[in-house]
Amino acid sequence: MKIRSNKGLRRGAAALTGALALGLALSACSSAGGGAETGNADDIAKALDTETTLTVWAWAPAVEQIAKDFEKEHPKVTVNVVNAGTGNDQYVKLQNAIKAGSGAPDVAQIEYYALPQFALSDSLVDLKDFGFDSFADEYTDSTWNSVSLDGGVYALPQDSGPMALFYNKAVFDQYGIAVPTTWDEYVAAAKQLHAADPTKYITNDTGDAGFTTSMIWQAGGEPYKTENSTDVSINLQDEGSKKFADTWSQLVEGDLVSPISSWSDEWYKGLADGSIATLTIGAWMPGNLESGVADAAGDWRVAPMPTWEPGAAASAENGGGGDAIMKQSKNKLAAAGFLQYMNEGEGTQTSIAAGGFPSTVADLNSDEFLNYESPYFGGQKINQVLVQSSKDVVKGWQYLPFQVYSNSIFNDTVGKAYSSKSDLNSGLEAWQKATADYGNEQGFTVKAGS
Amino acid sequence: MTTVSQDPTAAVEPRLGRRAAPHKAKRDWTGWKFIGPFMLIFAFVLIAPVVYSIYLSFFKDQLVGGNSFVGLANYIQVLGDQKFWESLGRVSIFLVVQVPIMLLLALFAALAIDSARLHFPAFFRIGIFLPYAVPAVVATLMWGFMYGVRFGLVANINDFFGISLPDPLSNAWVLASIGNIVTWEFVGYNMLLFYAALRVIPTDLYEAAELDGANHFRVIRSIKLPALRPAIVIGTIFSIIGSFQLFNEPNILKPLAKNTIVTSFTPNMYAYNLSFSGQQYNYAATIAIVMGVATAVIALIVQNRGSRKEV
Repeated sequence: MKIRSNKGLRRGAAALTGALALGLALSACSSAGGGAETGNADDIAKALDTETTLTVWAWAPAVEQIAKDFEKEHPKVTVNVVNAGTGNDQYVKLQNAIKAGSGAPDVAQIEYYALPQFALSDSLVDLKDFGFDSFADEYTDSTWNSVSLDGGVYALPQDSGPMALFYNKAVFDQYGIAVPTTWDEYVAAAKQLHAADPTKYITNDTGDAGFTTSMIWQAGGEPYKTENSTDVSINLQDEGSKKFADTWSQLVEGDLVSPISSWSDEWYKGLADGSIATLTIGAWMPGNLESGVADAAGDWRVAPMPTWEPGAAASAENGGGGDAIMKQSKNKLAAAGFLQYMNEGEGTQTSIAAGGFPSTVADLNSDEFLNYESPYFGGQKINQVLVQSSKDVVKGWQYLPFQVYSNSIFNDTVGKAYSSKSDLNSGLEAWQKATADYGNEQGFTVKAGS
Repeated sequence: MTTVSQDPTAAVEPRLGRRAAPHKAKRDWTGWKFIGPFMLIFAFVLIAPVVYSIYLSFFKDQLVGGNSFVGLANYIQVLGDQKFWESLGRVSIFLVVQVPIMLLLALFAALAIDSARLHFPAFFRIGIFLPYAVPAVVATLMWGFMYGVRFGLVANINDFFGISLPDPLSNAWVLASIGNIVTWEFVGYNMLLFYAALRVIPTDLYEAAELDGANHFRVIRSIKLPALRPAIVIGTIFSIIGSFQLFNEPNILKPLAKNTIVTSFTPNMYAYNLSFSGQQYNYAATIAIVMGVATAVIALIVQNRGSRKEV
């Protein structure tokens, strides 16, 4: 289902559009989808005591186990976990199922950056229908803000990715470089390191949309604004965006970042042999380092993300996501029960055990979590740094309601600045234009520029 | 021989004669019964999708606003779409450069194997053909690793000789690198096409040429090449279609060269990305139809020119 203007009247959809425009609660119209269900905890409990089969699309490794545990607790419910691809691959399938009008799962994992696309296009159930808005205080501000869109709650957060600076201490010690606390110091460290050993780089970067938006987020940029679901403004030359691009361009133009793409074999090798000395990345990274870069155990440490103003702690979310209930679902109450179990109930522990960085305040602040000494990181209590980061996330960030496509054309536009080693600002402008063109093409009213 | 073939004919003809009268009134569906299964599949897998694409191309389905009939607006948009023309330009350059190189190599290989002067011709024949048996996806991945400037074959060559080869996946070289992969994949196929055509040339022509004192190159020019013309026309048409439909190789190399292989690198990639990451199914269908028509027109021109010369 898509947001339809009065031209494309369909059963229930017109009423829904009106409701959106008036800012009313969506619960009144949730009957537009498949199984018409809203309800409180009792209704959910009743649904879980009925023979039901739920389909869940997720790629997070913990979900399989969570589903098994859930089935044990609710023997009448069968949960089929399907890995329909990671990230974009799954969104494509999800979007196709939405377009086809059938074939979507009951519950789907959706990252924060992609959530507006599905939420604002009326494909997801507003979890207020089940009273899930009362969970707000259980999650970090930034993750709850990410799932709260247009007056509704469209997913329960599963993991989060407050950013931090992961650095190879062995390399820093070898060349006597101090751990940078500001981005200016970071650029200086990049120059110092590369001058000392031309095979070593402060980090790798070949242009990554998720990293770029997170960096702009931390710099206080608010390039994307959406009002009334369809009025979008994009300004990738606002103060924060410029601050990031001006600084990062120094690294790109000066050949100070390794031209290796993240998640490639070369990347893992670079992280292991010290030729990629730092990563500014989400708090879910430790598990990836432990499994993918086992050789460098003991070399890596975590520090707070460098800041733009000395001493003014600031951070951003990078990656992470939650799970949502699809409008197409015929078992919304049972799906809500599973969702709650997975992301609010016992499932959160399974997620953490599998290496996910939680979004639940209680877990983040538990003594056990905070005082965990990671052997990989030389016994450092890394969670103290990471949890602090989750508290320092800059407020006010929004993604576009077509961020998935926009990110997919990032390298067509900003990528050119990377391959020609030139100013990123012009790349951001090209990205803004291409994104705005797409938005207008899709019927949004997009205002590009300041 | 004669008795065998004449007997059935004699038996059938009177029967046909007897039946001829009633058949004039009633349509004979026997032929249709034979091609029916084919036509059914043909209609289902070819006609229906094409018709559906044409239908789609007259609409515009937006995330906001829903579906609406837009007439030829999508076609007008394609004609003014810079990304489309860039991608078409790219595959056209590819066509003009890569196809002749590939066909000449294939021709040379076919003539060499057919010349009877090669030891172990069967070995060369299968050796050159073998890459065609490797799936394009595997071939591209393999070449992608070799093209690596840090850990791949290119890196090894650079290290060994102390030189610095240009990055095969850089902006300037990426099209040539893809051309190299496609050539490697399809030389064997075209070689086999040409070789098959060479094998059906009656040997008495060669004997006559030998009696006339023609040397080897004269035989190639006057006998083999003219006989090969239909095969060359077919090979060219297949290659044109292949070039315009270029998709696998650049799409698989994209993760290795995401800043140089853009999402609209070839018309097919453009249509694919519009459709599957941009949800612009209607516009993607329009591009597909425009490309289909363009390919058909060019293939037709080549076919007409090829057969005209033949006469």
